[in-house]
Amino acid sequence: MSEPTLDEICIVALAEAFRGDGELLCNPMGPVPVIAGRLARATFEPDLMLTDTIAYAIEGNLAFGGDPSDAVVEGYMPFRSIFDQVWSGKRHVVMGASQIDRYGNQNFAAIGQYRKPKAQLLGLRGAPGNLINHATTYWVPNQARAFSETVDVVSGPGYDRIIELAPASQAHFEIRRVVTDLGAYDFETPDHTMRIRSLHPGVSVEQAQAASPFELTLTDDVPESRAPTPQELELIRNVFDPKGVRKGEFR
Amino acid sequence: MTEDEILGELSSGMTIGIGGWGSRRKPMSLVRAILRSGLTDLHVVSYGGPDVGILCAAGKVRKVTYGFVSLDSIPLEPHFRAARQAGTLEDFMELDEGAFYLGLMAAAHRVPFYPTRAGLGSAMLSENPSLKTVKSPYGDGEDLVAIPAFEIDAALIHMNRADAKGNGQFLGPDLYFDDLFAMAGAKTYISAEKIIPTDQFLDEGPVHTLRIPRIHVDGVVEAPMGAHFTECPPDYGRDEAFQRDYAATAKDADAWTQFRTDWLELETHEAYQAKLSERANAEQGPT
Repeated sequence: MSEPTLDEICIVALAEAFRGDGELLCNPMGPVPVIAGRLARATFEPDLMLTDTIAYAIEGNLAFGGDPSDAVVEGYMPFRSIFDQVWSGKRHVVMGASQIDRYGNQNFAAIGQYRKPKAQLLGLRGAPGNLINHATTYWVPNQARAFSETVDVVSGPGYDRIIELAPASQAHFEIRRVVTDLGAYDFETPDHTMRIRSLHPGVSVEQAQAASPFELTLTDDVPESRAPTPQELELIRNVFDPKGVRKGEFR
Repeated sequence: MTEDEILGELSSGMTIGIGGWGSRRKPMSLVRAILRSGLTDLHVVSYGGPDVGILCAAGKVRKVTYGFVSLDSIPLEPHFRAARQAGTLEDFMELDEGAFYLGLMAAAHRVPFYPTRAGLGSAMLSENPSLKTVKSPYGDGEDLVAIPAFEIDAALIHMNRADAKGNGQFLGPDLYFDDLFAMAGAKTYISAEKIIPTDQFLDEGPVHTLRIPRIHVDGVVEAPMGAHFTECPPDYGRDEAFQRDYAATAKDADAWTQFRTDWLELETHEAYQAKLSERANAEQGPT
């Protein structure tokens, strides 16, 4: 099997964000995160629940964009139930970010002023409720474009905003990981600033820092992002995404 | 009833709740009826799709309360986006998607608000001065966001089946929040793909698909293809080609005017259906 490519490194880095989640609703959006969720369940996190991205919780190894009627249905997850799961906390979501800052404040609502934006983007969507109720991971295919000194609009609040709230309001907040085209980041620092957790093969600390307007927190020894195992590569290439949809996210 | 009879029950300035979700099972024959009516100054409450885009672009709307506005396969509703960027939609309240559900539920249950943590620390709260917090009377007195009940004058929803009395049945994978819209509306009107005798409901689907009870319904209209171009499974999927044509008109004022004349402002839903059939035949070509 040929060497892993960047998209496959990113999928494994995202799958790693689900390690230890156990039995909860894993709710990734978009090709790379969906493939990552399905990969995590097929390998080291077998108890995850996943949906067909429509209304059913499904078992087995469905390809991205594959026909859900081929899958075994294990549950019913219409949108109302998804919100109920959000509030129950038994969920880990993966969302995108048009802008994200060093405390994890995320924007995919608008560029410019919220009330009269230069560019209207997706909106707040489910971000305000997701962040404050359960684990969130961000997938950022272009770090240099998204990492920002400040965000124009706070869709998903970051650690600096959350620590201002009452203890009960903070209790379920966690930004587990930010995975980009350059590396994986977390907030496991005393002041909850974004830290380099690992960098993808061939990426230096200097390159990662050059693609960020804020200073990245460093550990003494920055590890390299884990390479996919042969089994993971086989699953990604031949089972979850035989058509290569994942590669389109990097254009 | 007919679409126009239902429109006769509505008036300018009203708050109109529109069921469905994004570009899914939207009561489009009723949305088009609003478009060609004299109604203005509306407050639209919706998990928005082309309903919100069309009514904003046509200048029918004073305010939108929404959880999102999207065409699903086209993530940003282009007419809504244009209205937001041009600043023509001055008044709007954007809520977290789940918080929007609570506003509907508060209205359905006739309480002034439901509390949630969604919105704390985010622009949802800081950019919406009319949204208030409420202190929990229990525990540590946590401040929660009080999502106000949506005061909906008239709710419009589209069902796969209904009977003449107003019971509604959905046959697709998701009801969305249409039962709450029906309860939240001071008046509620259903369009349905097919009006059937009551004793045929259980031939169409299991009993738990009967989610709209007639006690919340004030009028029914039969509208085959009434959700077009949004999806209405299992009766039909989204008309993606049509939706792309619609989306493209946001970039070109002349194309938008033409599209309105050609499709959206046809005088009746029957005329729209007939034109859809013509289009399907033309695409098939001679055999």
